[in-house]
Amino acid sequence: MAVPQGQGPGLRGPTAVFVAVFFLVPLLLVGQMSLSDWPLLAGDRGVNAPENYSDIAEGTLFWPAIRFTLLYTVIVTAVLLTLALGLALLVQESRPGAGFFRTVYFLPSALGLASASLLFWGLYSPTTGPLSRVLEKLGLVDDPVSFLGTPTSALLSTVFLIVWKFAGFYMLILLVGLQRIPHEVYEAARTDGASRGQIFRSITLPLLRPSLALCLLLCVTGSLLAFDQFFILTKGGPDNGTVTVVQLIYREAFQRMDLGTAAALSIVVLAALLLLNALQFRGLRRADES
Amino acid sequence: MLTRALGRTPYYVVAGGLAVIFLFPLLWNAWASVSGQPGTAQPSGYGLGNYRTLLDYDAGLWRYLLNSTIVSALTVALTLGVSLLGGYAFARFDFPGRNVLFLLTLAILMVPYATLLIPLYVLLGRLHLQNSLIGLSLVLAMFQLPFATFMMRISFEAVPRELEESALVDGCGTAGALRRVLLPAVRPGLITVGLFAFLAAWNDFIAPLILISDSEKAPLPLAVANLRQQSMGAVDYGATEAGVVVLAVPCLLLFLLLQRHYIRGFMSGALKG
Repeated sequence: MAVPQGQGPGLRGPTAVFVAVFFLVPLLLVGQMSLSDWPLLAGDRGVNAPENYSDIAEGTLFWPAIRFTLLYTVIVTAVLLTLALGLALLVQESRPGAGFFRTVYFLPSALGLASASLLFWGLYSPTTGPLSRVLEKLGLVDDPVSFLGTPTSALLSTVFLIVWKFAGFYMLILLVGLQRIPHEVYEAARTDGASRGQIFRSITLPLLRPSLALCLLLCVTGSLLAFDQFFILTKGGPDNGTVTVVQLIYREAFQRMDLGTAAALSIVVLAALLLLNALQFRGLRRADES
Repeated sequence: MLTRALGRTPYYVVAGGLAVIFLFPLLWNAWASVSGQPGTAQPSGYGLGNYRTLLDYDAGLWRYLLNSTIVSALTVALTLGVSLLGGYAFARFDFPGRNVLFLLTLAILMVPYATLLIPLYVLLGRLHLQNSLIGLSLVLAMFQLPFATFMMRISFEAVPRELEESALVDGCGTAGALRRVLLPAVRPGLITVGLFAFLAAWNDFIAPLILISDSEKAPLPLAVANLRQQSMGAVDYGATEAGVVVLAVPCLLLFLLLQRHYIRGFMSGALKG
């Protein structure tokens, strides 16, 4: 049957308008802003390139924020994906109760990140939070614990929140991947006398690679762009010890009221992410070919 | 029998212990929101004091719930409308620039949220949509488009062409075929798209933080975060916990009711990966 040609434009119109107005125009605008003197209240005051970009590197928090964001990303990704894989392996078998555990592990993922951060803000409270009291009752600590009191403890407490919030999400992606591995492969390996460890290393892990790669991509990208959790739990403190790159963009724009520098930072983040994604895709393709 | 039961015990100890860790924060928060704590509106005993604080805070809980409901409903409607038409166009029609437009839509995923929000703040100002729930919804719908368009495209592609051909032969126009024959066939995809759009809009924090400056117009997550900061020095943990309950209950209910549709979103993402 001939495809009716005439209806195409009307149907794709809204998508095209949305992509153009709310994606392409802002993308061009952020480029222009990054090259201009652009105070929050006064607006465009003309080209000042490359001042915004040189301002970024001179900012005292720029390198600490990059270091902190990378550290956070490495820790979260390692802990989160290991736990998610463990959970997926735990609930993939059809034992009685496995469905219940699956649902329970996923439950925190149904919450919003801001809601989860607000929840843990109460949970971590040294005065009214239960964690500190439990530790005191157990005699493990003498004084109320300040979970967000030092940059290191704040980092680890935030990692715990994120692992709690997202483990079920990644577990589900990996579970979909596990269920796509044919049973015959496992059976063949078992008949050949492979041990559980051997099966895991030489069958499960390689065949799960596409799902693991998706998890890695989502987790790394999400962590590099972390904002809500630190904005709500630590506000970048104590001593500016937990300022992430996106928080820096927010501070430049709405506390230092310099949209030009914020735009330049946004462009740097965009470039870094595109580069990272390109590297990951290349790495994946090479691994596929081998 | 006994050895088999014993053999299972470590599994249930590990899985059960983890279940306790995953459930504890949720249960504790629900309990803490109604139990007495010094320095809150519920100083002792059990009761709804913290929820009353929330009702009276600034513009009031109802106002914030209304804001969140408006933003969520608009975002869902916009996302469904645009991705339904777009998904149909990409799945069934050949037009110049088809692949470019589809790739551009997916490219929204590649660009960090924050990179777009700074220029969108300026752009919405020029369009007189700054500080407006409509402007916020348009932005949130745009961020939903990559997933929604992809989802609707594969939903339409899964429908056999013969179905709409017979409708066209029977005298339906394209619009008629879309409405009477295709719409029921892609309903599961629409539910998944709508569910994800709702959860994203209901929970989003950074977009309203940047795009909404008037506290009267804040959606609920922003209002609860502000409530926490504004109580000079003495922080009201109780009211925050009550706010978390109000924020979380619709998400948890939707998840438990629509689990099947939720999982479909993951399957499509994993297939792509």
